[in-house]
Amino acid sequence: MSDAVKFMIKNDFEDNPGIKAGDVFCNNDVLAGNVHNCDIHTFIPLFWEGELVSWIAGVTHVPDVGARTPGSSPVGPMSTYDQGLTIPPQKIGENDEVFRSFKDTYKRTSRTPLHLELDEKTRLAGCIMIRESIVNLIKEEGIDTYKQFMREAIENGRRSFIQRVKRMLIPGRYRVPSFCDVPWEDEKGHLPQAAVNTIVNSPLEVKVNTDGTISTSLDGASSWGYHTMNCSPSALQGGMWVMLTQSLADAESINDGGYYAFKQHFPIGSWSNPANPEAGTAHAWHFLWSGLNGMFRFLSHGYFARGFLEEIVAGYGTTTNILYGSGLNIFGDPFAATNMEMTGAGFGARGCRDGLNHSYAMWNPESDIGDIETSWELWEPMLYLGRKVKPSTGGAGKFRGGNGMESLRLVWKSQFAVFQHVGHGMVFVNSGMFGGYPSNTGYRRSVHNTNVFDLIKQQRPLPSSDRDPENSEIEKLITGDHLIDDKALTLPEPYANGDIYLSVIQGGPGLGDPLERVPGDVEKDLNDGQVLPRFAESVYGVIAVKDEATGKYTLDSHATEKRRTEIRKDRGQKAIPVKSWLEQEKERVISGDLPPWVLRMYRESISLSTSWGKEFKEFWGINDVSPVYGR
Amino acid sequence: MTEVTKETIKKMVDAKISWEELLEVMRGDKEPDRFKKYLDVLQDRVDWDEKILLPIAAHLYIVQKNDGSKVVKCDCGYEFSDYRENWKLNALIYVRNTVDKIKEIYPDHMGCNSEWMELREYYCPECNTQLDVEAVPPGYPVVFNFLPDLEGFYSEWLGHPLS
Repeated sequence: MSDAVKFMIKNDFEDNPGIKAGDVFCNNDVLAGNVHNCDIHTFIPLFWEGELVSWIAGVTHVPDVGARTPGSSPVGPMSTYDQGLTIPPQKIGENDEVFRSFKDTYKRTSRTPLHLELDEKTRLAGCIMIRESIVNLIKEEGIDTYKQFMREAIENGRRSFIQRVKRMLIPGRYRVPSFCDVPWEDEKGHLPQAAVNTIVNSPLEVKVNTDGTISTSLDGASSWGYHTMNCSPSALQGGMWVMLTQSLADAESINDGGYYAFKQHFPIGSWSNPANPEAGTAHAWHFLWSGLNGMFRFLSHGYFARGFLEEIVAGYGTTTNILYGSGLNIFGDPFAATNMEMTGAGFGARGCRDGLNHSYAMWNPESDIGDIETSWELWEPMLYLGRKVKPSTGGAGKFRGGNGMESLRLVWKSQFAVFQHVGHGMVFVNSGMFGGYPSNTGYRRSVHNTNVFDLIKQQRPLPSSDRDPENSEIEKLITGDHLIDDKALTLPEPYANGDIYLSVIQGGPGLGDPLERVPGDVEKDLNDGQVLPRFAESVYGVIAVKDEATGKYTLDSHATEKRRTEIRKDRGQKAIPVKSWLEQEKERVISGDLPPWVLRMYRESISLSTSWGKEFKEFWGINDVSPVYGR
Repeated sequence: MTEVTKETIKKMVDAKISWEELLEVMRGDKEPDRFKKYLDVLQDRVDWDEKILLPIAAHLYIVQKNDGSKVVKCDCGYEFSDYRENWKLNALIYVRNTVDKIKEIYPDHMGCNSEWMELREYYCPECNTQLDVEAVPPGYPVVFNFLPDLEGFYSEWLGHPLS
């Protein structure tokens, strides 16, 4: 939000529209300083004896912004022009009251007008409460003390950040790339410029400097595209600080002082800085939470080297697949849904223990998944057939990533409804650390034209989860038109009463060689339903025997030791020296024998960054005039 | 507040620390001498004599050789290369780039699509420990995870020159 205040200062808001006590301002424009347009800001100035001495701001994430497709962070619009409400910084009220005309404007735009109005009242009330507290503080301490405190707080923010870096990290260069997919080549609801397969390169590089400052760069990032998942520099800056405040800077006061010690480079023309007002950003988090997953890996490399094992985390599961929907709810009223159950993602493995199961959202780690009966079934016309831990979603490792969860939903009592999946089905969006594996990718499973209502009438069993997609309860118990595929990013699709929608939320990445996991922990995971049985042996080399009567697994320690020795030996036989492998790969890369979307990713990175392109070509020995990769 | 002793660090390295004690360590100040105690704990655990200068990943250390060189060494004793070269280039590799190979680790539909991404497993050539897994599109250069500024760390942050 501080960027929006700076925008108003730079654009002479004191002259036009003027700023006086009691005025109310608003912004949700990404170009002026925001993450995405569903984050709506309210600002009020604080005057003392005629002088503007502070700004107070509040932000809420609203459920719908009136875009072409429903939801708070719509996926479906192709540009700024169909992604819904845009409010550049502007005055929206006087005398602590919002203009009627402004309320009418946003209420006529959103599918959820009452929510937007309630949120606006909340923001303004919060700002006024803070203003009153500060005014009382100034009365007690004096305006000069207050101004001095603000300056010292900023300088303290800079110094304490540098001190923390020097205490906990190691100077040097950290490379933590990650990737994201937009598999829309066959998506019929898009115009040609958007109906393409895209894999996004986020080559995050971090330099910890010996003066204690940090420089980050996304040099080499892929181009922006015709969708709503591009980011602004403000969004990425905010995303980085969201993570820093959970880790490196968790004990410090956070303010603009930290910015003086933390620099970012987001290359113009890339997804991280489109510098083009057409580029949609309504679901900026899609690239942001994948592109910044490396932040925790970078920090954890530093913590490991320095000995702060208690702070290590391998990364996080992105809060996907998100369920979006709209239509008429069970009361016959219009609804637009963004199901915040997604906050039940798995956290990454820690430095000396497993990651948290189904309880973490990078962007708001204190949030929860909401009650079924009071949060979601009253809002979305879908009953829950079950909500369970999703086994084998956490990345394998000596320390397992936290598992995600899944919910099985039955469409119910709606005259019409559409639902969509927003997730990552083609690529892993995180990486494990130190030999651990990434967490799962998302997938889509649904059943249309089902026999569910007949099963209910006959009082026959219903599925409560998918659990193992290769051995699904849903397929066993329900007849109808079954669909399962890796397309976890879809446009809204129509659903009828009785149809089934599966919501799968990601786990977190793992850490360490899985063969070093304590065998008893794998036995426990088997008995707790945290890992699918076949992976106990293939991933962990653990042999456990199932008692068919009780269903309980018992570890066979001797057989486990033997199996692990075999797997280690097998590794040595099937693997080859990296330098030999590079010789094999080189021919393929030089000739451009790669899927077209991968080739396009390299062309974009090379075209947008001379230095990234130079290093890529030097690594593979590609001639500068190679037509496959461009200049 | 709990004092973080060498015993505490050993328990963290061995993953034998209780959640309650770990919470105390997380809440505590980050003591300036942690690195020294940590190096002592790690040095006691390896069978070779070279001095550990910096641990850079699980099982991997930058060590000082008698000839003055500084190399990446596995705790099994295998030496990769000068630390300024990516140690992975001297490792073994196994690439999971087919549906069947990915299904050994993930259920169907819960692993990457092999046309979009591959898993590269890097093993130590001596002990075959899996040291790193890259999840990258085909054709991506081998990632150099971490290149420390060793000289800067010792001389400017620790206050004594790198021996």
